[in-house]
Amino acid sequence: MRIGLFIPCYIDAFFPEVGIATLELLERFGHEVVYPHDQTCCGQPMANSGFNAEAADTEALFVRNFSGFDYVVAPSGSCVHHVRGKFDAIEQTDTVKEVRARTYELVEFLHDILKVDAFPWARFPHRVGLHNSCGTLRQLKHARPSELNEPFFSKPMDLLSKVEGIEFVELARPDECCGFGGTFSVFEEVVSTKMGYDKVRDHAQAGAEYIVSADSSCLMHQQGCAEHIGVPMKFIHIAEILNGASA
Amino acid sequence: MSTVRDNADDEDGAMLHPQLRAEHDPDAIIRDGRRLDHAEGRSKALRPQPPEPQPRGARVHGNRPVDQAEAAARFIASPEHEKMHDERLWDLRQKRDREMHGIPEWEELRSLASAIKEHTLTHLDEYLDEFEANARSNGVHVHWARDGAEHNQIVHAILRDHGATSLIKSKSMLTEECGFRPYMTSVGIEVIETDLGERIQQLDNEDPSHVVVPAVHKLRTDVAEVFSRTIRTDPSNSDVHYLAEAQREATRPLILKADAGMTGCNFAVAETGTFVVCTNEGNADLSANVPKLHIASIGIEKIIPRLEHLAVFVRLLSRSALGSPVTQYTSHFRGPRQGGEMHVVLVDNGRSERLGMEEFWTSLKCIRCGACMNTCPVYRRSGGLSYGATYSGPIGLIIDPTFNARKYSNLPFASTLNGSCSNVCPVKINIHEQIYAWRRVLVERHEVPLAKKAAMKAAGALLSRPAAYRTAIAAADMALAHLPRFVIYNGLNAWGKHREVPHPPKQTFHSWYKANRGAKQ
Repeated sequence: MRIGLFIPCYIDAFFPEVGIATLELLERFGHEVVYPHDQTCCGQPMANSGFNAEAADTEALFVRNFSGFDYVVAPSGSCVHHVRGKFDAIEQTDTVKEVRARTYELVEFLHDILKVDAFPWARFPHRVGLHNSCGTLRQLKHARPSELNEPFFSKPMDLLSKVEGIEFVELARPDECCGFGGTFSVFEEVVSTKMGYDKVRDHAQAGAEYIVSADSSCLMHQQGCAEHIGVPMKFIHIAEILNGASA
Repeated sequence: MSTVRDNADDEDGAMLHPQLRAEHDPDAIIRDGRRLDHAEGRSKALRPQPPEPQPRGARVHGNRPVDQAEAAARFIASPEHEKMHDERLWDLRQKRDREMHGIPEWEELRSLASAIKEHTLTHLDEYLDEFEANARSNGVHVHWARDGAEHNQIVHAILRDHGATSLIKSKSMLTEECGFRPYMTSVGIEVIETDLGERIQQLDNEDPSHVVVPAVHKLRTDVAEVFSRTIRTDPSNSDVHYLAEAQREATRPLILKADAGMTGCNFAVAETGTFVVCTNEGNADLSANVPKLHIASIGIEKIIPRLEHLAVFVRLLSRSALGSPVTQYTSHFRGPRQGGEMHVVLVDNGRSERLGMEEFWTSLKCIRCGACMNTCPVYRRSGGLSYGATYSGPIGLIIDPTFNARKYSNLPFASTLNGSCSNVCPVKINIHEQIYAWRRVLVERHEVPLAKKAAMKAAGALLSRPAAYRTAIAAADMALAHLPRFVIYNGLNAWGKHREVPHPPKQTFHSWYKANRGAKQ
């Protein structure tokens, strides 16, 4: 299996360890993982703000970088949702449609495609609060959102439960948005940061040592909020725990 | 001895709360000519602090775009209001969840409700004709209003024909859309709201901030302040029973002598020509039954085909809205009582136009339960008045721009697109997808600030040129690593104002990969 590794712009710039963990983790399962050098972004920042035409060239570049792989995998739910669910600034040729359909977020790729049943190298003896980003929860359907009367399931929890020693805390508002919201975080910065403060306090009150998520963007925002109001909290991407990060 | 004592007093004084240090404190406990300053004295309750003033809503200037973010920031700057508002509405969301889990077929009900509404909206002309014919045969006068102005004129004409100068009415978002109360004031007709929350808002000359709980943004101290100004209650008494009783004493006589009554409508049934009003205070029944003249304002999207369909909506409405199984009153109105008259005004006010909007027509399915507001993390922290529009919260973001795309051009951006609104919606409106779609439409219509457009154009250009992008990223890292805190934290940097910036790593993933796996390429 030949996998194209998509490392979104903010992970590349601010969280290289998340990219490294994703790469190493996929390689552990014996797959060929290729990182196309000319990649930048999926176009989401422009498209989410309504500027679809301004996203077109970036989307076209994404397709040039990632066509021809069996799968494209990224450690970021919101970017994958953009590629698979939106991404209509460019003409929908067969190549475009194929790249979009083959793009997966890491958790769903491990859970649904590779069907991983063990992470023998991983041990994380800590209390963690799981943050399902809204993109993974309600768009990619990683888990059952609390609003729906449907049977419970959670793909990230399924995977993390296979890690030795891990313990989950229970939140008062389990799937309340943390307030990042892409450009919302700067256009509505007061509401955005208030939501972030409330989110990290909920995790802290539940006794979490770490907030773990499949989206580094939410973590970047929450970390900035926690540091600003002085809530002691550590943040880690799910790829790092599954790849055997110790702490 | 006395010197020691004095010193001790001074030290104590410095540590005491200023209110306890007051020399002529009338509440001071004096024993043997001395102020008691041991534990008993210090445990005295401090004088109550003045209540936090109510943050007011968005500043509306004619057609200019409403700045929701500015009003939301002022709401958050009033922590008692923000906390109460967030917790009160989150409590409604939790009660809704509990009720939902009591109904195994909940998701099926939502699908059914959505399908009934979609069917009705795509056959709206037929069902409206059917409703009109049946209502007329029940002895109801039926009127048609193209817009809010026509609605107000029709109601005014009916009142004039009856020589009516006072009108009691129950809560209706449609009449808010029509600017009904200001119009009636301008023609000399006294309007009295019978819903408690709406009456509070009327007395305070403020719009409702929520479609179901119109005064939910107010603390009881705010209500005490409004009532002391308007119905002469004791300004220092914010006991809810006292306030409710005082309001009742003040309003009941006005209700009893009113010339006419008005209600809105939750559901209008085509096959019977009847309409249904759901309330928890029974105030619609007062409005409809005390005077002999009853006028109902009905938005044309309120039609449902058959009485049996009502069962689906009644099961969903109050559970979604307040997390209660059913409203206290579900009143069916069929025709005028003996010696009375009943009028129905069917109002379009932009609905036909909305029905023709490919991406937005399903917003007409809305049954005004407010569940999307209760679950919205932005709404809960902003207050409904921050939207500066008739409809606030997620449903407001997609309806308000249909009335005025320029004035409400900022609203679709007041969302994280988290999608919780769509999941709680009892008629399955894809609210967050419509918010996303509105952003595109507003950009295409040039209704967004030029600075934003310039930033997005620049971002699009940079992100599609790998070489230029790599250079810029390196510079951004350098900047983050080396700029002092005060530069990053200036007023222009919206990220760093209320949260810390990320810690830039030694190298990007890109450069790590080149150094460690470069050979593979």
